[in-house]
Amino acid sequence: MSIINPTRRGLLKTGAVAGAGMAMPLVFTGSAGAYMNEPSGGSVVLGFNVPQTGPYADEGADELRAYELAVEHLNGGGDGGMMNTFSSDALKGNGILGRKVEFVTGDTQTKSDAARASAKSMIEKDGAVMITGGSSSGVAIAVQGLCQDAGVIFMAGLTHSNDTTGKDKKANGFRHFFNGYMSGAALAPVLEKLYGSDRRAYHLTADYTWGWTQQESIAAATEGKGWETVNNVLTPLATTDFSSYVAPVLNSGADVLVLNHYGGNMVNSLTAAVQFGLRDKQVNGKNFEIVVPLYSRLMARGAGANVKGIFGSTNWHWSLTDEGSKAFVKSFGTKYGFPPSQAAHTVYCQTLLYADACERAGTHNPCGVAEALEGYKFSGLGNGDVEYRAEDHQCFKDVLVVKGKENPTSEFDLLEVVEVTPRSQVEYAVDHPMFAGGALGQCNAG
Amino acid sequence: MFNLAKKDRTLLLIVAGMVLLAPFLLQPFAQGSGMAQFNAGYPDLMQRFVIFGILAIGFNILFGLTGYLSFGHAAFLGVGSYSAVWMFKLLSMNVIPAILLAIVVSGLFALLIGYISLRRSGIYFSILTLAFAQMSFNIAYSVLTPLTNGETGLQLALDDVRILDGMNTNGTLPSTNLLPPSLVNGFEMRDTYHLEIGSWLFQFNTGYYLSAIIMLISFYIALRIFRSPFGLMLRAVKTNQTRLNYTGINTRPYTLAAFVISGMYAGLAGGLLASMDPLAGAERMQWTASGEIVLMTILGGAGTLIGPVIGAGFIKYFENIFSKINDTVLHGWFGWLPDGMEDAVVWFVHIFVGKGWHLTLGGLFMLVVIFLPGGLVEGGQRIMNLFKRKKSDGAGTDKQHHPKSTPHVAE
Repeated sequence: MSIINPTRRGLLKTGAVAGAGMAMPLVFTGSAGAYMNEPSGGSVVLGFNVPQTGPYADEGADELRAYELAVEHLNGGGDGGMMNTFSSDALKGNGILGRKVEFVTGDTQTKSDAARASAKSMIEKDGAVMITGGSSSGVAIAVQGLCQDAGVIFMAGLTHSNDTTGKDKKANGFRHFFNGYMSGAALAPVLEKLYGSDRRAYHLTADYTWGWTQQESIAAATEGKGWETVNNVLTPLATTDFSSYVAPVLNSGADVLVLNHYGGNMVNSLTAAVQFGLRDKQVNGKNFEIVVPLYSRLMARGAGANVKGIFGSTNWHWSLTDEGSKAFVKSFGTKYGFPPSQAAHTVYCQTLLYADACERAGTHNPCGVAEALEGYKFSGLGNGDVEYRAEDHQCFKDVLVVKGKENPTSEFDLLEVVEVTPRSQVEYAVDHPMFAGGALGQCNAG
Repeated sequence: MFNLAKKDRTLLLIVAGMVLLAPFLLQPFAQGSGMAQFNAGYPDLMQRFVIFGILAIGFNILFGLTGYLSFGHAAFLGVGSYSAVWMFKLLSMNVIPAILLAIVVSGLFALLIGYISLRRSGIYFSILTLAFAQMSFNIAYSVLTPLTNGETGLQLALDDVRILDGMNTNGTLPSTNLLPPSLVNGFEMRDTYHLEIGSWLFQFNTGYYLSAIIMLISFYIALRIFRSPFGLMLRAVKTNQTRLNYTGINTRPYTLAAFVISGMYAGLAGGLLASMDPLAGAERMQWTASGEIVLMTILGGAGTLIGPVIGAGFIKYFENIFSKINDTVLHGWFGWLPDGMEDAVVWFVHIFVGKGWHLTLGGLFMLVVIFLPGGLVEGGQRIMNLFKRKKSDGAGTDKQHHPKSTPHVAE
């Protein structure tokens, strides 16, 4: 009587429950709402998925600040920031569609796996109706794919790879940030003017989608100006000591080093290059030069005096004097005590653009929001006139060519804008070979 | 039933009950309440619990029984994932061929690595496996990029072949399934039934139940291995391999078999991970991932049957729940404190949550290793013994006929 009975009962119980548990998902599938995570009640949840650890942690932290600022502004707090200068006046400062904006955060660890797990928990557990973030193109592409499958909107943050809106583009994904091709198109004429047209370039490239496509873009653009690409060496993203990669540059006969690195990677590789004395060298009778195609203020601060006189491109810089930029820098500075980075700017814009699209579409349904964003023309967000191209969900706008300041006046005043490359110069056809091979597919509402 | 001893049968049934009822057990707090943050009953995390449980069970067959500490088990997980995703890209979105291929490929891979690494034991074996795993990681990361897509990770694309399913024409990516949706609905891995009772929301996910059933089967197989003459031989290897060799027994076939079985378990876990979410990234093979498996096993209790599963759940819970607590949440919790106090408390707690979850986990790991060398299972047993002793104190006082039982380690 003693031991066998409970087991038998337990067995029957578990058997019955197991049967019920197995049967249920087969009978009822899908969720109740008209689309994935349809908000009910007085609030709507957005998911901010940024790297809080890993090589891009600085950018992630700044993105998070900008997201919080954007949420504050959307809910009617603060001074409204760029909502006041935005060309659309659909946003009233009463949340999105009258619902208070709430948010959840997650750590992508700059790893696709972790980023997807974090985004999934936001969608499945917290009921997020939109995911945004990503400070690495690999992560952004992985999360964009997930959002497409799950049926929520993905507003890409800092992702500069051509593939994000190229071969890996998705109907539910949108990118405000510029890309590798645009960097190349904006930089090449400036570099030709500065360094001449018979240069030999050596590329060090972060070994993932962003590095590959940026290297390809820069090499193509500079070769178009008569440069020669001597070598391209791929470096793993997790590398922290670049001296073994920099040493061979000296003997390669190259007179320009192009660092296709970002964040902590760029800080370390640039420091290694300067320590090896590359910038004081004369090769082929010319001064040795270093170029960092994608620049940001956070990186410039990390690399310190090493960035002086080094050229690169950027999506936005806080020293711009248009009304939108000024308003954003003011409200960000008031809240946090220092100016925002380009990463902060792009995610702030993305949050506002999403909210605005919801208001104009009158729904959070991803298909409605996507329709409202496609082909949308706007201004007042710091980049002049901007258009979300309908065919690939990429924003087209002016690109800044910047240079490390020789005499910085403060720890934030590290870059100076050399040239604002007009949008027409960086535009490309949708079927450009560097962007070909993918398809948006159809919007998915879950 | 199942050809098991009474005690094992009870254990298996308890595990089965807990796994099948997980959507309820892991969702103890109402939606919208302050504690809802700690709910873990959503499909992705539940899937991770059981899948990493499988991984840890397999690892334990090698480490718990033979004492060989493999520091490269993540390589098999990665190989399994890549095989499965390739199956999805080339053959069909059905998970069964993908999982089978994942098991076979990782088994072969384990045979190769095991054949070489098992020539040494102890720390040298660990280093060899670590080296192989790092090699695999680097190959996947930057050498074999056409096969693995490098850092970006291998993903499905609209123009994949998928011989059995036919070309995809509707412009959306298909999702993994057990039975094709054209025949029966509800067998896609992502299909979830939502059950709302009051303000509680319970989610029953097809993918989770598939993983759970596979996990129970794996658990049963591990149980049989632990109780078999083969398992006894493995335990003999752990206790004194030299003596076995002197008595004329060649231990290598046994250790190699254990290594391959354990590699196949890891491959199965990798295949399942890819089935739940068709993406395979190289970071799954990194040494930190291998280290995590070791942590899971030690945290839960190496050599015990249920320990590794508990350890896996513990680590995944911290990774997914604690890492998502941010300052806004903290301010919500401590809002009732006076202003200055609130900021101070939030500042202090902030160190241990969000991106600081590693710190909390590290601290707990230290505590467990120092005070409960047998892992969380030992903790559970101590509590059980506490109650048992109280009961038995009244009845049997004859100490000599109740000798102290040895700790439940390999039993």
